[in-house]
Amino acid sequence: MSTPSRNPNGREIRFSQAINEALAEEMRRDPTVFIIGEDIAEAGTPFKILKGLVEEFGTDRVIDTPISEPGFCGIAVGAAMTGMRPVVDIMFGDFLTLALDQIANQAAKVHYMSGGKLKVPIVFRTNMGATRRSAAQHSQSLHAWPSHIPGLKVAMPSTNYDAKGLLKTAIRDDNPIVIFEDKMMYQAMGYVPEEEYTIPFGVADIKRVGEDITLVATSSMVQVALQAAEMLAEIGLSAEVVDPRTMVPLDRETLIQSAKKTSRAIVIDEGHQSYGVSAELASVIADGAFYYLDAPVKRMGAMDVPVPFSPALEDITVPTPEKVLEMAKALCGRV
Amino acid sequence: MEKEKLQSLYYEMVLVRRLEEKSANLYQQGRIGGFLHLYIGQEAVGSGVIAARQAKDRVITAYRDHGVAISCGMEPKVVFAELLGKETGCSKGRGGSMHLADVKLNFWGGHAIVGAHLPLAAGMALADKYRGSDAATLCMFGDGATNIGYFHEALNLSMVWKLPVLWVCENNQYGMGTSVERASAVSEIRQKASCYGMPSERVDGMDVLQVYNATQKALEHVRKEGPFLLEALTYRYRGHSMGDPERYRAIDEIEKWRKDDPIGIFREKLLADLGFSELTLDEEELRAENVIEEAVQFAEASPDPASETLFDYLYVE
Ligand SMILES: Cc1ncc(C[n+]2csc(CCOP(=O)(O)OP(=O)(O)O)c2C)c(N)n1
Ligand SMILES: [Mg+2]
Repeated sequence: MSTPSRNPNGREIRFSQAINEALAEEMRRDPTVFIIGEDIAEAGTPFKILKGLVEEFGTDRVIDTPISEPGFCGIAVGAAMTGMRPVVDIMFGDFLTLALDQIANQAAKVHYMSGGKLKVPIVFRTNMGATRRSAAQHSQSLHAWPSHIPGLKVAMPSTNYDAKGLLKTAIRDDNPIVIFEDKMMYQAMGYVPEEEYTIPFGVADIKRVGEDITLVATSSMVQVALQAAEMLAEIGLSAEVVDPRTMVPLDRETLIQSAKKTSRAIVIDEGHQSYGVSAELASVIADGAFYYLDAPVKRMGAMDVPVPFSPALEDITVPTPEKVLEMAKALCGRV
Repeated sequence: MEKEKLQSLYYEMVLVRRLEEKSANLYQQGRIGGFLHLYIGQEAVGSGVIAARQAKDRVITAYRDHGVAISCGMEPKVVFAELLGKETGCSKGRGGSMHLADVKLNFWGGHAIVGAHLPLAAGMALADKYRGSDAATLCMFGDGATNIGYFHEALNLSMVWKLPVLWVCENNQYGMGTSVERASAVSEIRQKASCYGMPSERVDGMDVLQVYNATQKALEHVRKEGPFLLEALTYRYRGHSMGDPERYRAIDEIEKWRKDDPIGIFREKLLADLGFSELTLDEEELRAENVIEEAVQFAEASPDPASETLFDYLYVE
C-alpha cells in the first residue's frame, strides 16, 4: 500500500520529466516499445513532455503522425497485435472521442473475442483537467469513458512518483491501458527516486492517514483533498486521503477499509459528477462499508456543464479545497 | 472591384492585423488565457474569400478564427470581449478565442477539433439544398485538417450529393510543428479533390485580389454544379499558438515569406496600379488603430459573466 510519494531528502523532478524517464527507461529495456502521436518528435508535444526522446531513439521509435487520430490509434493497435508495444500520445483527452472506436471496439475486445489467442499490449497516454482557459473542447476529463469498457485498464497518477511507476507497469502489461495525466500537474516538482521501480495496478495509496473522515480522490484532486485535509486539521478533524491510482482494476478493499475506519467518506474526482467515476467509487464504499457509515457517502465532481472559457465561470466548475472543507465539515456535523 | 470596396478591403486587412497584434499583447500581459492562434500573415485569404460571398452564404472555420470573424462583419469590440471572457463577447464569454460565432452575420463559428467542422459545413449545404435556397457554404480549414478522415468523408459526400459547399484550404504549410510534406502524401492539397472527381484550383494566398477572383469563380461553380476545392497557399508569421518556440522552421523561411506580406503587396498594388494615394491608405490605418483601441477599452470595461448564469445555454429552454 503506502508508497513513498514524498521524501524530503530525495530527488525532485517535474511530473513531465517523470513520464519522460519512464518512457526512456522502457524504450532502452525493450526494443518493441515505440511512441506514436502528433507533434511528439521534433516538437516534443505541446507540454514538452517527450523532449529529448527523438534524439536518443530516432524517428523510427518516436513517430510523428499527421492529424489522424482514428488512423494512428488503429495503426498502433494493429502493431500491438503483432507483439509491438506502442505508447500512443493523444494530445488532449478530448480527442479520445475520435479514437474511441479503436480503443473501445478494437483494442478492448480483441483478446476476449479471439478466445485469448490475440493480445493488444498498448498504452494510450492522454490528459484531462480544466482551468487552463481552453474552453469546452480542450478541457474535459473523460476517464469514466474507458473505465466503463471491460477489457481496458485505466490509471490516473496523482504524484510524480506514481506517474513514473504506473507508466512503467503499463508498458509491461499485456493489456490495453489508458493513462490520464492532469495538464495542470505537468510542471509540478515532486519526489522520484533515482533507482528503478514500478507500481502495481489495483493498489490504492493512502496519501495521508486520518481518523475522522475519508477523502477518496483521483489525479489532481488528490492535491485538493490534501489541502482540504490541512484545513480540516486546523479545526481538529483528521482526514484520511485515499488515492485509488487505477480505476481499473480498482482496489475496493482499501477504500472500504478506510471508510469503515472513519465512518464518513467523500469522493472527489474531476470528471462530470453525473454517471461518472465518483458514482462508482461512492457505490463501492456505500456497499462495502454500509454498516460502519455514520453519514451518506458524498461526492464532488466537475459540474455537469461544458467547461466555459470565461475564467470567472470556469473556476466555479471544479472542486476546490474550500468546497471539500465545507462538505467535510457538514458531514462531520461541524457547521 | 470598385474603389470603395478596395479601400474597405484594405481597411479590413489592417484591422485584422492590428487586432491580432493587440491580442498578442494582451496575452503576454496575462489578460487573455488559454489558446491564441493568430491570423497574422493569412489576412488575404479570409478577406479575399469572404469579400466574394453574398450575405446569404454561410461561413464556417476552425479555431484560427479572429480574422474570418472580422471579415464576416464582427465588431472588434465583441471579439476582444470574447477573448477576455466577458459577458459582452460574441459568445458571451463561453467560447473564447477558438469559438467566435455570430449567426446573424452568417458566421457559423470557429471550431477546435481539427476537421470536425467539415461535415458540419456539408450538413449546412445539405439543408440549404433541401430548402431550395441557392446559398453556398464557405468552409475554411488548414492543410493539417486534410489528413483526418472527416475531410475525406465530407468531400466525398459533398460530391456524391452535389452539395453547395466551397471548400477553402488555407495551406500555411504547417499543422502545429509538422510541415505539410511530413504529414500529407501530396503537399499540393488541391490534388486531394481529384480522387472525388471534384474541380479545384490553387491560388497565391498572399494576394487578396487573386483570392477574391478565384473565390468568385469557384462560387459560381458551387451554386450551379456543386462542390469545389480552393487551395490558398499562405504562411502564418507567428507561432501556431502563443508560446510556440517554432523550432520546426528556419528563420530564413519566415523572412522569405515576410517579404510577401499580404498587406504590403496589396498596398503596393493600390498605390501603383489602382490610383490610391498614400494619404488615403494611411488614414485607413489610423482608423483601424483607433477602432482597436476603443474596442479594447469596451472589452475591459465589460462585466464578467455572473456566476448564477453558469448553467444558462446548457439546454434550450
Ligand atoms: C482532432 C484534433 N487533433 C489534434 C488537435 C490539436 N491541433 C490543434 S491545431 C492543430 C494543427 C492544425 O493544422 P492546420 O489544419 O494546418 O491549421 P493551422 O493551425 O495551420 O491553421 C492540431 C494538431 C485538434 N485540435 N484536434
Ligand atoms: Mg496549417
